[in-house]
Amino acid sequence: MRAVDSVTGRGADAVLLGFARALRAGGLDASAERVHAFLRAVAVLRPGVRGDVYWAGRSTLCGSREDLERYDEVFTAYFADAGGDAPEGPTPKAAIPPRPRLVVRDTPGTTAPENERHTTPTGALASSAEVLRHRDIAELDAAERTRLHQLLAAFALPGPTRRTPRRRPARRGEADPRRTVRDLLRHGGEPAPLRHRARAERPRRVVLLVDVSGSMTPCADALLRFAHASARTTRTEVFTLATRLTRVTRELAQRDPDLAMAAVAAAVPDWSGGTRLGELLRVFLDRWGQRGTARGAVVVLLSDGWERGDPELLGAQMRRLHRLAHRVIWANPRKARPGYAPLAAGMAAALPSVDAFVEGHSPAALERLAAVVRGADDA
Amino acid sequence: MEGPEQVRARLEETGYLVDDGLAVACFLALGLHRPLFCEGDAGVGKTALASALAEALDAPLIRLQCHEAIDASQALYDWDFPRQLLHLRAAEATGVTDADQLEGELYDRRFLIARPLLRALETRPSVLLVDEIDRADDEFEAFLLELLSEFAVTIPELGTLRAEVPPVVVLTSNRTREVHDALKRRCLYHWFDHPSFGRELAIVRRRLPRVSARLAEQVTGLVQALREEDLVKPPGVAETIDWAEALDALGAEEVDAELAVATLGSVLKYREDTERARGLDLAAVLAAHGA
Repeated sequence: MRAVDSVTGRGADAVLLGFARALRAGGLDASAERVHAFLRAVAVLRPGVRGDVYWAGRSTLCGSREDLERYDEVFTAYFADAGGDAPEGPTPKAAIPPRPRLVVRDTPGTTAPENERHTTPTGALASSAEVLRHRDIAELDAAERTRLHQLLAAFALPGPTRRTPRRRPARRGEADPRRTVRDLLRHGGEPAPLRHRARAERPRRVVLLVDVSGSMTPCADALLRFAHASARTTRTEVFTLATRLTRVTRELAQRDPDLAMAAVAAAVPDWSGGTRLGELLRVFLDRWGQRGTARGAVVVLLSDGWERGDPELLGAQMRRLHRLAHRVIWANPRKARPGYAPLAAGMAAALPSVDAFVEGHSPAALERLAAVVRGADDA
Repeated sequence: MEGPEQVRARLEETGYLVDDGLAVACFLALGLHRPLFCEGDAGVGKTALASALAEALDAPLIRLQCHEAIDASQALYDWDFPRQLLHLRAAEATGVTDADQLEGELYDRRFLIARPLLRALETRPSVLLVDEIDRADDEFEAFLLELLSEFAVTIPELGTLRAEVPPVVVLTSNRTREVHDALKRRCLYHWFDHPSFGRELAIVRRRLPRVSARLAEQVTGLVQALREEDLVKPPGVAETIDWAEALDALGAEEVDAELAVATLGSVLKYREDTERARGLDLAAVLAAHGA
């Protein structure tokens, strides 16, 4: 193992702190707590051995597999600058763009005057809202869009409930020996009424896969706002699909819709790219779905089914998804267009594995979608 | 232990082979008393690491298997109600009437059932394995976070129990969901990759000394080739060992393509994967590792 002069020399801590700063700039969560652990780790290891510094940082400063690649890259760059050779860890294959940090962008919604943003829906607004409810999202002008955002913010998307193995105190059900005997003890051993427990109910997870590719551009923003409103209240996972799959659940966790949209815009690298639905669905199932995210969940695809890749692959992946999920719902904004038939090769291949095929072009259609997710009758 | 090299040597004595990164991570876990958070595909040796550590440290392995409905009474402690009740009846029968004394006796340590987490705090030294933490729910994760940062529990009737020496903690996750950052921050992180050919062969030879060298090499080569394919579930080291064991049980000294296809069930657990493997030229892979 080679020694790293800059680490053995004076100001070793400063060098390591600089490294942590470089990692933060690269998008890693090198928080104070992690950095403290890193310094302690380096202190107990062989001082100045490059391999040890590398592995100490990798254990203490990384928190997921995605972090590792970035870590390798920053390590190579930082310690090469500090005067050394390549690290003894694996060398990264290609340059990775730094993970976009969350920044507040100037979106149209944030520039709206204060008083207008906080108006409560009055009669006049309600009637225009009623008209707006049935309009195609793709054909709205800027003012109507602002209204639409207010409408969408009121959405909630609870999944149907399922029984969990966890038991909760209940009025009826099986006897609960723990609570019964505790009561008994409290009364000095005098017989006490039986206590009961029953299995609890929980809403199922809802997974939204939002297509943000080029063909969906007119309604992608509205659909993401819909996703934001639904992700806020329940256990909902949201992913975007274009040329790549991006998990945006974390970005959407912000309360303010405009800030959340800005965060998503920064996190999604391939806004308006082409769609390879089948391939992305496979990535989703491999990385998330099969491991648990899609298991027993209600999976909603918001897409026009415009597949650039092999429709057969999409069909196979849809069958796989259908075996894992509780229900698969496909909301297609184009379905409402006059004369629409699911002729796009991708859509035709996917339909046999879809439990409910609904529209998704207007607020009213999204309301209907929310009802279908909740378990109401299919369209 | 003095350094990562010593940790590695001790682990290898138990038959568990580690690379540089894992040796450093284990050393830090022991030295800094930080839990080790192990993530990776199924069957790459995350759980086996905990047993190997226990054996290397000559400490008991205390295992907590997580599931969706796990709660504190299954993971930490519970009162032994039937025994408490019996004690109460017995006290009544012998005419003990002092209520305070009786209550003191009733919540004595001997009526407390220690579940894995409390057992790990009380046993010194010990290795605590929290297996498949991703299967537990958020509430349990938060509870665990509290315990792992203090290594102490407060039982209302008894007071605070603190571990004199914190146990070595290994957490594993198959990434069925993202574990909360707050928990990860308290831990050392290690990602388990599939091992290289040489390393995997060494592991198979170590675990199955009875299996012929040629068979071990062929099976490892086949599994490495299968992993390159686009499978629904790429086989882990555990599957490699299973396969070699299965072939050995069939009395095979070496394997040909036909036998490999017949025993594919030990490695591939999805019909799509099996179909795909049948279509591959296994004989060519075997030839590469045959010579």
